[in-house]
This record gives sequence, structure tokens and C-alpha cells, in this order.
Amino acid sequence: MNQPREQKVPPRLALAHVSKSFPGVKANEDISLSVQPGEIHALLGENGAGKSTLVKIIYGVQQADQGTISWNGSPVAIPSPKAARKLGIGMVFQHFSLFDAMTVIENIALGLDEAVDREELKAQVAAILQSYSLPLDPEREVHTLSVGERQRIEIVRCLLQKPKLLIMDEPTSVLTPQEVERLFATLRQIAAEGCSILYISHKLHEIKALCDSATILRGGRVVATCDPKVETTKRMAELMIGAELRKIEHGKAAGTGAVRLEVKGLSLPGEPPFGTDLESVSFEARAGEILGIAGVAGNGQAELLTALSGEQLAAGAEAIRLDGKAVGLDGAGARRALGLACVPEERNGHAAVPDFSLADNGVLTARHRLPLAPHGFISRGSVKRFADSVIKLFDVRTTGNAALARSLSGGNLQKFIMGREIGQQPAVLVVSQPTWGVDAGAAAAIRQELVDLAAKGSAVVVISQDLDELLELADRLCVINEGRLSAPRPVASLGIDEIGLMMGGVHGAEATHA
Amino acid sequence: MLEWRRRREPSTLMLLASPLIAIGLTMLIGMIVFTAMGYDGFHAVESIFLTPFLEPQRWGDIGVKGAPLVMIALGLAIGFRANVWNIGAEGQYVMGAIAGTGVALLTYDMTGWWILPAMVLAGILGGMAWAAIPAFLRVKLQVSEILTSLMLTYVAVQFLYFLVRGPWKDPGGFNFPQTRMFTADQTLPTVLEGTLVHLGIPAALVLAVIAWLLMEKTTAGYAIKVVGLAPAAARHGGFSAARTTWATLLISGALAGLAGLFEAAGPFGQLTPQFPVGYGFTAIIVAFLGRLNPLGIVFGGIVLAGTYVGGEIAQSTVRLPQAATGLFQATLLFMLLATDVLVRWRIAFKRRAA
Amino acid sequence: MTSAMLASILMTLIAASTPLLLAALGELVAEKAGVLNLGVEGMMLCGAVAGFAVAFSTGSTGIGLVAAMAAGIAASMVFAVLALSLTANQVATGLALTIFGIGASSLIGAGFVGRTITRLQPVFPAALSEHPILRVIFGHDILVYLSLALVAGVSWFLRRTRPGLILRAVGENDASAHAIGYPVVAIRYAAVAFGGALAGLGGAYFSLALTPMWADRLTAGRGWIALALVVFSAWKPGRLLLGAYLFGAVMTLELQLKAAGVTWLAPEVLAMAPYLATIAVLTMMSLGRKTGRLDAPACLGKPFSAS
Repeated sequence: MNQPREQKVPPRLALAHVSKSFPGVKANEDISLSVQPGEIHALLGENGAGKSTLVKIIYGVQQADQGTISWNGSPVAIPSPKAARKLGIGMVFQHFSLFDAMTVIENIALGLDEAVDREELKAQVAAILQSYSLPLDPEREVHTLSVGERQRIEIVRCLLQKPKLLIMDEPTSVLTPQEVERLFATLRQIAAEGCSILYISHKLHEIKALCDSATILRGGRVVATCDPKVETTKRMAELMIGAELRKIEHGKAAGTGAVRLEVKGLSLPGEPPFGTDLESVSFEARAGEILGIAGVAGNGQAELLTALSGEQLAAGAEAIRLDGKAVGLDGAGARRALGLACVPEERNGHAAVPDFSLADNGVLTARHRLPLAPHGFISRGSVKRFADSVIKLFDVRTTGNAALARSLSGGNLQKFIMGREIGQQPAVLVVSQPTWGVDAGAAAAIRQELVDLAAKGSAVVVISQDLDELLELADRLCVINEGRLSAPRPVASLGIDEIGLMMGGVHGAEATHA
Repeated sequence: MLEWRRRREPSTLMLLASPLIAIGLTMLIGMIVFTAMGYDGFHAVESIFLTPFLEPQRWGDIGVKGAPLVMIALGLAIGFRANVWNIGAEGQYVMGAIAGTGVALLTYDMTGWWILPAMVLAGILGGMAWAAIPAFLRVKLQVSEILTSLMLTYVAVQFLYFLVRGPWKDPGGFNFPQTRMFTADQTLPTVLEGTLVHLGIPAALVLAVIAWLLMEKTTAGYAIKVVGLAPAAARHGGFSAARTTWATLLISGALAGLAGLFEAAGPFGQLTPQFPVGYGFTAIIVAFLGRLNPLGIVFGGIVLAGTYVGGEIAQSTVRLPQAATGLFQATLLFMLLATDVLVRWRIAFKRRAA
Repeated sequence: MTSAMLASILMTLIAASTPLLLAALGELVAEKAGVLNLGVEGMMLCGAVAGFAVAFSTGSTGIGLVAAMAAGIAASMVFAVLALSLTANQVATGLALTIFGIGASSLIGAGFVGRTITRLQPVFPAALSEHPILRVIFGHDILVYLSLALVAGVSWFLRRTRPGLILRAVGENDASAHAIGYPVVAIRYAAVAFGGALAGLGGAYFSLALTPMWADRLTAGRGWIALALVVFSAWKPGRLLLGAYLFGAVMTLELQLKAAGVTWLAPEVLAMAPYLATIAVLTMMSLGRKTGRLDAPACLGKPFSAS
């Protein structure tokens, strides 16, 4: 499967000196790489390293400013995804381009460039599902499927076109460890049949397990090409991040402080049609600790966050207690005034108003605890001073408090939002996906802020799909699965396989009681 | 090659300039189209967009037509900011007038300073009540306020016809479908001796300032903007979309009702089937021309009032049909929406891909 | 009630329903592609006046119909350029189109007020529709049959054809459709143009078939009712047919009561009926739904830009 470079077979795909700029950013600079037939080639890099832009160029979504692309040895232009597919390039996106209200087979038909007779398509799809042993019902509507099943649609869609190169963009970011294993088996089978795979990821252990060679990107440039089976994980991580890994400094031993947030039997119907019902969720978060809530996307995390923030009210006041006070029936404003701060996963449009300045975004959640709008009149001076203080203390890179939230990078906006909440000295901070789409430096800074906040006596609840992050941050960990929360367990006592099984819901929450 | 590039931040310059560009383009298009149709296009445009503002004796008329436009547009703009699309202001305007007229008919043989304030109150409540229906349907049942508010306009107009042809017909009016004329105590006082300029005009200006303070300086205005721009963020910040929808619809209903009452108790002095002249629809254009900003709306109201006055001038000078005014107004809105793109995007030279 | 009376009532009902059905069917397709064009009333008026003016000048209602379609498409393209190419707010643009249609039709129509033309004739020979029952089947003009055929055609197109599948995909998830490589904006242009053509025909039905003479604001808000019908139909052509004929029934009832000289109900109250019925129907739709949304295409009314 691993083709030596000297062989005469021309590479399936070769990039030479590819560059691409956007206003203000050089996304790709002088990138060269080559992928052999049947090779699984990793494209490794942190968020923002330029991986996405590069694969968009290969798949014809965007055009390179400079450089050449060769396909089986001859230079080609790839003006559109359709042209890419015509060459034999298939792509499975990180965020699947699926149509929720349509069936699996309709989705697959949409992904094909030529019309195929419905019955014939069904037969072809059945054959592929059979030969790769992928479980999937072609007549189901997509919104009823799990993330793993949705990904299979994309894979089947690509395989139908008998690709010569399959691009997988961060395919495992939302899968359980068991689903990852199943995916890897499928990918190995595809590669064994001669199809090349370009595997984009920043997860080193996956690349070591799967890939034949790796190109490492940093800041839009190639920093190294290596054989991941030989190279050490530490070395690859250093190449990828470009600095020594920062270690989080934990505070005092947690789990002994007073209970600040108590959730008891919290049930809430999910928002139809795609929501998840919360079923009798109970947990406590104590002063000084970080409680981690792991789980695969779409298992009730969003609902839990809105239930805690007060965007959705509980059935009874007793369901949520903040420092002993029953707040289940209080709205978001009242809870925040009492010191319960929340940061939802979606920054633009949920945690912040994209078309408002940073100053105005400060008013959104800080007006209850800080004198930003006394008697209903907004005090411009206080509002600007607060925004300036957050920008300064949390090192938000921006043109100033008048900059629109939408003009900030994801990481900088997240720093501002975290700063806005932490700057209010909350009793409890609940945060979902604190470092999602944030570059490594900012992520480390945000994690440190969370640890520091806990150390000052607040209770911190981190909801995340990133297990590595949770294992690094949390003192105790529980898992949310189909709206049910397992009992928390000290992180030190858990192995990653065990958590993976919990996330997949393979066994009940009862088994996790220590 | 030229291409569009999204601006990192909206251009403040274009925010102010685009209404002016839109007016310029409308004048240009109007000139070309009406010349092509065989009219004196140049003088038509001159009559509609310039003459009203250059001849001081027309200014009173602009004020009279502008005041209801500004009042209605203020309410609509507040709603539009919250993503509440009340397009039935015409109906609320009519219902305000009807409610106020009801008080006038009850009090026609009475005198006293309190009569006009009572009519004003009734006008406000009439408009609010009519706007409360779409508010209720949207908040409680998620029915689109766009269609319900508009349908209610047709209902209100038919109700007006019913009243002036039936129960409210002036007994001494030779069977014409109209109500009694209002008495002196029921009529809006003029503020400038010997002109048509009535109390509604300063009232509209004061309301514009109040609306500006509300939108720019208060938490309530902040809530309206957040609910419109990012509903999820509004919930997150503890603002209630339902309450905001109610508030904005009631405010716009109140302002439209007030405008209707002022119009009935001012220029009309009674209710007739000719009462609904479409101010409720034109005010939508005023709101956009003012960029949904209360102070901008005063400017927008003056421009649109000018097109009404100018449309009448053009009827006599270049025999332009009355319908042309509506066409100019619609073209202006088209051009506004088109030039709006300049605020968010800029034109740049495209670099050739290698 | 005699069969002749029943037949005459049914004929009125079908005639009253047809323009609604045409306009609503066009809007349904546009909305399936994710475009909310509130300018239906404006496009209908453009179609009505263009159809009448051309039919009057040429003496041919057929050419009039073609002109009405062309006018509807032209008006819809103004909307498309603003709302699709320049990503202007669709609600505002649709409103502007309606205000424009009112003004333009009134301006062009001014010269035709009170003029009459020969109305659109039945398709089948008169001999076929002598019997009242047969007349209900064979006594209609081309647009009645066309509208019914289009219901079936649109339904088949959306559910069974690949272009229909792509159109629905664009309305469900424009970003994904774009990512796959479908020309989202071009598809929406086509859907809006189809909506414009049918709105134009629907408008022309007023000026060429129902009242073969010109009057200002001839369509009297039917474009708005057509918009409501699309909601009522839950974006399904079959239900749209039902809805349009239901509204036709309401309007026929209004006419019948008026003709019967009912005095206890003021004519103005009768005239309110279709609008009140629209509000009632929209309310019932909301009360009756099971899920959190009204089966509306997920991207309905949202601006899309590729970059």
C-alpha cells in the first residue's frame, strides 16, 4: 500500500508551489506535496494552518493564486467541484453538505453529477453498503440519523463515483471512538482497492494509526513531510504547533468546596423537529472544581446549556439551585444577576451579536451584574470602559471596542466572550466547546482562564466533544448521551476507552456509578 | 476585471450616502422612462424632486403630508429593527381614525378642551388594538404578521366604508357617504397662522426625537435591535422576543393610529371613503429611506412628502398621471435596496488567478 | 337547486379560484427554491395590465396572455436582481415590487379605463357544453385547464424529477447545494421567473377572463391571498389546489349572497370575507401543525451569497 517515491508510477496528485491569499491573510504559501495511488496521506495542522483552504483548492471550491496541480503526472486545472469529481476526486466534508428534510437516497442522488435512474441508484447504493458492510437505511430522512450515519452518506456518495482520490476533512471530530474504528476499517479497504486518500486531521494518534505519510502545515506553509508510523507523536506535535506544548497549571485539589450549582432531576423536551429531550439530569458543581461533560454532538448539550442559562425554563424552581437558591423558574437575566454565567457553543449569533460592536456586545450579558445600563439607559462610557478592560485583560486582538464582533477571528471573539463572562466574577460558569475552532495559543489561554476562575472559588462546568481537552481540564467527568447524564467520576480513575464506550451509549449510565 | 468584495465592517460613509445615491438614480431613471413614454421627463423629475423644496409656499404642504408619513414610519422602523414586519400600518391608520371619529361623533354636541385629547387617546388605542391582532397571532401561534397585518388593512378599509355609508353617515349630508364635519373642539389646531401647518407636524418631530432616544440610548431599544439581528443571542442575553414583538407592534399601531387621528381631525375634518390614501404603505419607503433611523426618517418623510406635492405639481405642469408618483416611490425603494449593497460590499479590481 | 344553478355556481367557483391557483402555484415553486417573493400582487397587476393592453391593441387574447407572462417574468426579474444578486432583504424587495406593480399598472392602465375586450373563450366547442353538467367539465377557457395541468406538472416535477430534487435542495440548504456545486442563484432566478410567469397569467385572468375590462387595482389583494395559500398548502401542490378552490368557494358565496340580495349582511362585511378567511386559515394551520415548523423550506427568505 505504501508506494516508495522512486517508483515510476506518477503520483495520483501532486501540488507544486501552491499559494492562496485572502484579504489580510496568506492562507497557503508555496505548498508542494504528492500523494501516490493507494496511499493514505495525512494533511496535519492546527486550526488555521491552511488545511481547509488547500483541500478547497484541490476540490475546485477555490482557485489557487499561484502554483500547479498535477493529476497522474499531467498538469490540470480544477475550476469547480464538478471538474474535480470528473477527474475522480471525491470529498467528505467536515460539516456534511446534507439536506436534513430529505431522504438518504435523495441526498446521494443530489451528490451525483449525472442523473441516475432511481431504482438503479438504489441497487448501486445497496451494493456499496454491502461490500463495505456499512449499515444505513436509504429511505430514512437525514435528520433522524446519527452523525456517524450521516458521514456514511457522504462516503457512499463519493464511492458511487469510483474515486481515485478521496479527501476526508476532519472526519472523526464528531464520532465516537467505536465509530472511528469502523471508519478506519472502511478507509483501509478503500485504499487497498487503489484509491488514494488525503486525510485531514490534527489528531496525531489517528494519523499514526491510519496514514502512510504525512505533510505537516503551520501558518499556511509546509513545515515537514514525514512517515507518521516512524515519527514520534511528540515531534509531530511540536512541528504542528511550533512551540513547546503548554501545560495547564491546576489549582488545589478539587471536590471539597461548597456546592455552588445543583441540578436535580432536570427534564426538558427538546425543540422539535431535531432537538433532544433532557431526561432527569442531575449533577453538582462545587467551588474550585471544573466539571467536564463529554458527549458526541447532538446528545442534548445545547439543550442542557440553554436550560442552565435560563433561555429555557425548568419545570420547577427546585430543578436548579444556585448557591442554594432555587432558580429553575428564573429567566436568563435573573440567573445571571445571581452569578450564573453561560457561554454557548455558537459564538456568532448566540453568545454574541455579529453586527454589534464589541462594546455593545458587552451589554448583552454583563448589564445585570455591572452598572452598564442603570434605570434602562445605556451608559456609553461604562460600556466602552468594560469592553476595553476585557480586550486588554484577555488579550483580544482587535482594532478596538468599536470593531464589529463579526470582524474578529473565531479565537479572538471567543476570548472576548470568555472575558466578558469571567470579568463579571460569576459564581458558576457553564461553557460549551470553549476552544472549538480556536487556534492553539488562544485555546491554551482560554483553558488557563478556566482553571484560574475555578481556583478563585467559582464552579466551572465545561461541556465539550473534545476528550483530550476535558481530560486535561476537568477534575470530574460525566457523559451526556441521548439527553441523559451519567454520574460524574474523577478523571484520574478513567481510561479513554471507557469514556469512548460511555459516549457511544454502549452501556447504561448505571454502570458508570463508581 | 471588477468584482464585489465584502467589507469587513459596514461603511459609515455609504450608510449616509446610499439614500442620496438612490434618490439620484431614481431621478435619472424617472427622466429616461418618462421621456421614453412621451412625457417631458426632465420637467417631470424637476417638478417631483425639486420644485416642492424650492418654493417656500409648498413647505406647509410638505409638512402636512410628511407628518403622518414620519409618524407611521417611526413605528414601522422600530418593528423592522426587531424583524417584525408590520405592513398593515394602513389598516392601523384607518382604525385610529375610526376610533377617534367615534369619540368625535359621540361628543359632537359637546364643547370642552378635553374632547380632542380624548380623540387622540382613542386614535392611539384604535391603532394599537388593530396591531394587537397580528401581535397575538404571531406570539401565540407563530402566524406570520406580514400576511395578517396586511389582510387586516383590507378589513379596516371595508369597515370604514361600512361606517360612512351606514351608521355614521352624516344625516345632513345629502346622502353622501361621509361623516359629519368635526367641530372646532374636535379639530387639530394650526400652529402657524394662515397655513395648513397643524399640531401633527411638531408632534411628529418630537416623536422622532423620542424614538431616537429609545433606540439609541435605552436597554429597550437595545433589546429591539438584538431580537432583530440575532434572536438566539437575545434569548441568551435575557431579552424576550415575545415581549419585543408585542411592544414593537403596539408602538407601530399606536403611531399609525395617532397619524390617522391627526389626519382625520386635521386636513380631512371628517371621515370619507377617500380617507385611506396609502400613507401606511408609503411609510415603508420612508422607513427605508431613513435607514430605519428615527432622525433619518424625518429626512425620508420630507422627501416622500415632496413627491406627493411634486406629483400634484407635475400633474398640472407636464400632465403626468397621478399614478406616476407611486411609480417614482417604488423605484426609489428599489434603488435604496440596490444601493444598500454598497454599505456591505465594495467594488475592487479582481486579481487574475495564475 | 336545479342542476343549471349548481353548474353556474361551480363555474363561478372555478373561475374565481383559477387566478389564485396560478399565482400561488408560481409562488410555491419560488418558495420551494427558498425565495420568499412578497411581490405576487405586484406581478399579477403587471400581468393584468400588460395582458389587457396587448389584447386590446392586437385584438388577440392569446397574444395578451403571452404578454402577461412576459410582464410577470420581467417584474420578477427586478425582484431577482435585487434580492438574489444584490442580496437585498426579500421582504422589503417584495413589498417594493407590489408598490411598483400598483403604480405601473395604474399608469399604463390609465389609458384603458372602461375599455372592454372580447373575453377569453372556452377551449371546447360550445356544443360540448350545452348540458349544464358537461359545461362544468368542458366549458372553461384554456387557463383553467392549464392551471389544473400545472398542479399535476409541478407536483411531478418536484417529487419525481432531478431538476425538481435540485430545486428543493436549494431551498432546504443553500450552502450545501452550493458546496456540492449547484448554481444556487441561477436556480433561484429560474424559480422566481416561473413564479413571475404564473403570477402574470393569474393577473391576466382578471383582465382577460373574469372582467374583460380594465379597472385600477383589478386584482384587489388576491396576490396576498395567494401567498397565504402557499402556507396553507404546506408547500404541496395538491393541497394548494384544495386551498385555492376553498377560497374560490368563499368568494363565490360572497357573490351569491350579494346577487341574492341579502340585506342583513352589509356588502362591506361580505367584502371582508376572503381576508378574514385568510387570517382564519393561517391561524388554523398554526394550531393544527404537529412539529415546530410549518414544513416550510428551511432556507425560505434567507439571503444567500456564494462568497
